[in-house]
Amino acid sequence: MLDNSDRRLLASIQQGLPLCSRPYAEIGQRLGLPETEVINRLSALNQQGLIKRMGVIVKHRSLGYQANAMVVWNIPDAEVTTVGQQMSTFPFVNLCYQRPRHPDWPYNLYCMIHGKDRETVLTQLEQLTQTLNLTHIAKTVLFSRRCFKQQGARYRLTHQES
Amino acid sequence: MTELVLTDLHKRLLNDFQRDFPLSERPYQAIAEQLGVSESTVLSALTELSQQQLISRVGPIIRPNHIGVSTLAAIAVPQAELETVANTISRYPEINHNYEREHELNLWFVVIADNNEQLAAVIASIEAETGYPVLQFPLLHDFYIDLGFNLDWQHVG
Repeated sequence: MLDNSDRRLLASIQQGLPLCSRPYAEIGQRLGLPETEVINRLSALNQQGLIKRMGVIVKHRSLGYQANAMVVWNIPDAEVTTVGQQMSTFPFVNLCYQRPRHPDWPYNLYCMIHGKDRETVLTQLEQLTQTLNLTHIAKTVLFSRRCFKQQGARYRLTHQES
Repeated sequence: MTELVLTDLHKRLLNDFQRDFPLSERPYQAIAEQLGVSESTVLSALTELSQQQLISRVGPIIRPNHIGVSTLAAIAVPQAELETVANTISRYPEINHNYEREHELNLWFVVIADNNEQLAAVIASIEAETGYPVLQFPLLHDFYIDLGFNLDWQHVG
């Protein structure tokens, strides 16, 4: 699993790679690691799936994708894994997570759909619902209104040496 | 700030390089070669996109809950108090996003911490400071394979 250098490395690049000719060398300098070790460690983390993807992270709101729906579903527990896997393959689904139910909150599967406008998002949701035969399943659609804060993950790793 | 007019280069950088970022000594040079431009052109275009808030960064999406812990959380706040409560919550450095959503449960945020004790302490502090109970929805299973966000240029602008 992750050793201390991996954790420091991930913490140091979670806000982005430097925009310079040799970004891995620069990160290495900050951490006291050779450039090749930075590259090898990141390649390993990538292969292990701890890095889900690496590249340009776009801000969909600024790019015109203003409608953002979080759809929550009450899927029978025995089916949630299958349905979750199927749901995540739709190109317009941007996240798909199982989460715990609460009293008065029976929903256990969450997916996110980002679109240009509500109509588009609702049409995509209808397509998803029909294709996966989920018309009889209770769900709620929560469109976002204001964004009060949005930033990349910021682990502080306070118990690590800086 | 004048608005950036997106060139073909900007568009390709935005859409085609969301994953498989080169893990080689000069990654921006590798991208430049694919695009038939110079490394410095790629670097300035990415800097422009970043300054214009069209990208948040060039970097990794880290699988949740492998370094540190996190949870989605929500509270129900009367409309009149929403902005004040939202700003109170956003001030915590452990909050990494915070949205109003159309529901009685109307404020949704993600808390990130180094460990469970710190996470619990932040939630308790938010409850004490706002006076509202916080519902927690920690991730149980991640089904999503993140291939990036496919941009349709008719939608952009």
